[in-house]
Amino acid sequence: MDKFTTHTGVGVPLKRSNVDTDQIIPAVYLKRVTRTGFEDGLFAAWRGDPDFVLNDPTYAAGSVLVAGPDFGTGSSREHAVWALQNYGFKAVISSRFADIFRGNSGKAGLLAAQVDEKVVQRLWDWLDDNPGGEITVDLESRTVRAGVGEDVVEDSFDIDDYTRWRLLEGLDDIGITLGHDADITAFEASRPSWKPVTV
Amino acid sequence: MGKTLSEKVWDEHVVRSAAGEPDLLFIDLHLLHEVTSPQAFDGLRLADRSVRRPDLTLATEDHNVPTIDWDKPIADPVSRTQVETLRKNCADFGVRLHPLGDVEQGIVHVVGPQLGLTQPGMTIVCGDSHTSTHGAFGAIAFGIGTSEVEHVLATQTLTQARPKTMAVTVNGSLPEGVTAKDLVLTLITHTGTGGGQGYIVEYRGQAIEELSMEGRMTVCNMSIEWGAKAGLIAPDQTTFDYIEGKPEAPKGADWDAAVAHWKTLRTDDDAVFDQEIELDASTMTPFVTWGTNPGQGAPLGASVPSPDDFDEPNDKVATEKALQYMGLEAGTPLREVKVDTVFVGSCTNGRIEDLRLAASILEGRTVADDTRLLVVPGSVRVRLQAEAEGLDRIFIASGAEWRGAGCSMCLGMNPDQLAPGERSASTSNRNFEGRQGKGGRTHLVSVPVAAATAVRGTLSSPADLQEV
Repeated sequence: MDKFTTHTGVGVPLKRSNVDTDQIIPAVYLKRVTRTGFEDGLFAAWRGDPDFVLNDPTYAAGSVLVAGPDFGTGSSREHAVWALQNYGFKAVISSRFADIFRGNSGKAGLLAAQVDEKVVQRLWDWLDDNPGGEITVDLESRTVRAGVGEDVVEDSFDIDDYTRWRLLEGLDDIGITLGHDADITAFEASRPSWKPVTV
Repeated sequence: MGKTLSEKVWDEHVVRSAAGEPDLLFIDLHLLHEVTSPQAFDGLRLADRSVRRPDLTLATEDHNVPTIDWDKPIADPVSRTQVETLRKNCADFGVRLHPLGDVEQGIVHVVGPQLGLTQPGMTIVCGDSHTSTHGAFGAIAFGIGTSEVEHVLATQTLTQARPKTMAVTVNGSLPEGVTAKDLVLTLITHTGTGGGQGYIVEYRGQAIEELSMEGRMTVCNMSIEWGAKAGLIAPDQTTFDYIEGKPEAPKGADWDAAVAHWKTLRTDDDAVFDQEIELDASTMTPFVTWGTNPGQGAPLGASVPSPDDFDEPNDKVATEKALQYMGLEAGTPLREVKVDTVFVGSCTNGRIEDLRLAASILEGRTVADDTRLLVVPGSVRVRLQAEAEGLDRIFIASGAEWRGAGCSMCLGMNPDQLAPGERSASTSNRNFEGRQGKGGRTHLVSVPVAAATAVRGTLSSPADLQEV
């Protein structure tokens, strides 16, 4: 996984709450056996609407999504994270993420930055005044920032320490766990014999 | 201080714990299906890793499989490739697979329990959010993404931060005709889709204890729909009776040892939950959703709400958007909502008790004109059992389509989909926009409501039907 320290890119306002994983990418787009190519299914149902934000050329280079609360609810499909990444998003800012989506983001290297609901509103307002404007998401200082001078929107975001450390270092989770192989082997030896097996 | 049930199960599986880090948790059973596993197997190959414990791993084909002509090659080449990829991966890595055509094939969350692989006190994961179903047995069970699938394949563990604990106590008894599905839909409308976020939930109280194992699975299945990490129910005699004699259940002295341990899996009297919710089952009624998330529901006897009924600006906007998508007018009695397709099935309500209940209502009645009823058993075993009991003949006589096992119209990944604008009453778990097909409109309902709706053509309960 690539290291994530800070990213600055065009902010895209997605003014909806409860953006579930079926909206991020419908099931019919989940048939690929690779991790790439899922951008065609991103927000597929909304892409046909000319007024949908991603159809506005202003946001063509968008890479920081600013969404309403309860983003990523529903299915465990990591394809939702891949679809956002394949499209070009590096970070999603919301006031509340569904657990599995947040976990998947951390594993795949998409930054899920949780901020206060008021910060989402201020970023939306700022993007209304500055369409195509850039937002910086700084993982080292845990801050989001848009604009300069009087106009600036700046606040901290929440992310758990462990995920932050892994993203900053670009670490492979499995590699870390395999470093504890002796602990796993010892645990396996202690399991009761009546626990079920499949073969 | 004592421990809650989920804390006991969690603590029994901690391989390694260190300050400032998530726990490393051992996984007792890893279930796989074709959609969320191919990239995980690819990752193993790239890193030259093997599956650490194929003996704790089981795969089935469910999301993407057709429910007609299942004995023929899958027509859609992309779907076929995905299913064939699972077959190759299972063969290459030594994983037991129940493919299409096998007698044990079916929805992964129906297959685990019916094989007896789902047992109290286990940790169970799968690349599917409805893994929470297995919590009905007193297991910690939750859905994971593909990176975590790869992690479990390689290490049989997961790094997990310890969730908070919540108790949902459902007092009293459910009235006649009100089901586990109505109970959990009522709960989700009460909490909202994010209400359980960060918690492992224990369902308890008289109404929960009175549920069958299949009813308990329906409740736990929908834990994810209100955001909970997992939902579980303390094992009791109902649980033990269900497991005993299943193919993979412990036998002889192992059975006695297992039950002795399972009986310790209860929340201690002096344990403290981080949060508690209480509900009264005796006041519950048939409950349906009107919106585009499972928290947008109301009693069947109510009317479609208006955005003005909500105080929060977000709820107002969400209601407005939902009504627009659903093509509903505020104030319309829900019983007057005309339905095109009724779907009975899924990991929520695709078990034998569900099919018996549906058949008992449909017997001697016919599906309304212009209404389609799709009955999709959760597994091949469920299908064969239903056919042995003659339920298939009741369904077919009523005008329903009797199908093969799979996820089917729950998520519309195979050809079983709604057309744009088509409206369904569905016993599944999600009414998201486009969930059952692009532009499709879903009302989540219980099995009795589904069956009665199929007969009347509008959202209905069996009480609305004429005697036969």
